[in-house]
Amino acid sequence: MIVRSSGSQPVRLEQDVVLARQTVRKLTQECAMRLIDQTKLVTAVSELARNTVVYGGGGDMDWQLIEDGTRVGVRLTFRDEGPGIADIKLAMTDGWTSGSGLGLGLTGAKRLVDEFELDSTVGAGTRITITRWT
Amino acid sequence: MDRIPILRMGEFLLVTIQVDMHDQLAMTLQDDLAERISATSAKAVLIDISALDMVDSFIGRMIGTISGLSRIMDAETVVVGMQPAVAITLVELGLELPGVSTALNVERGMQLLRARVAAQ
Repeated sequence: MIVRSSGSQPVRLEQDVVLARQTVRKLTQECAMRLIDQTKLVTAVSELARNTVVYGGGGDMDWQLIEDGTRVGVRLTFRDEGPGIADIKLAMTDGWTSGSGLGLGLTGAKRLVDEFELDSTVGAGTRITITRWT
Repeated sequence: MDRIPILRMGEFLLVTIQVDMHDQLAMTLQDDLAERISATSAKAVLIDISALDMVDSFIGRMIGTISGLSRIMDAETVVVGMQPAVAITLVELGLELPGVSTALNVERGMQLLRARVAAQ
């Protein structure tokens, strides 16, 4: 796998969620992703970035434009040093929420991407990596 | 402070969302609309989201809440202009906006609202 370009940006404030969406929209356009796939990825980013701000107490988003054989894709990692997720299985249940949301963020985001990886340690933080290929 | 304008046209309120909304802006719109419905005795609200290239669960929930609260305040709501890619994504996300009336474009939305208000 080749990393064409990469970067990182803070996801600490509500406004950063908008900026994260805009960064990812640009990346998807750079690799000529279909509009429907762009929309799915940007929506997943919005859900995960909001989780980082609301539940993770803020963190960062790392982005990569990647190439694997003939495939091109966008890979994103959301990481925070928040309280972590105690019960990952429960958190990955549709409709379950620890806050006031709809409980669709994590599960919905997972459905919208090709690859989804969640790592969380109670007291240490959460790290979610998603990939969408063109 | 940022605000999404709410236009009044007779008994109708019109909202066109043309910016990439952060969460607080969506919440403000919700509150503003409730106040305007009450202040103007509006019978119907039309929300044009054709400029939105993404609707996530937060915005989806806001749309549902606006629809519900206007119903309680005796006003009809219709959401118009959702882009196809946004609609597909919303369904996949698990948000099918139950109880929210939609129309393909502003013209059809206005027709729908006029018919409903006339039927009352």
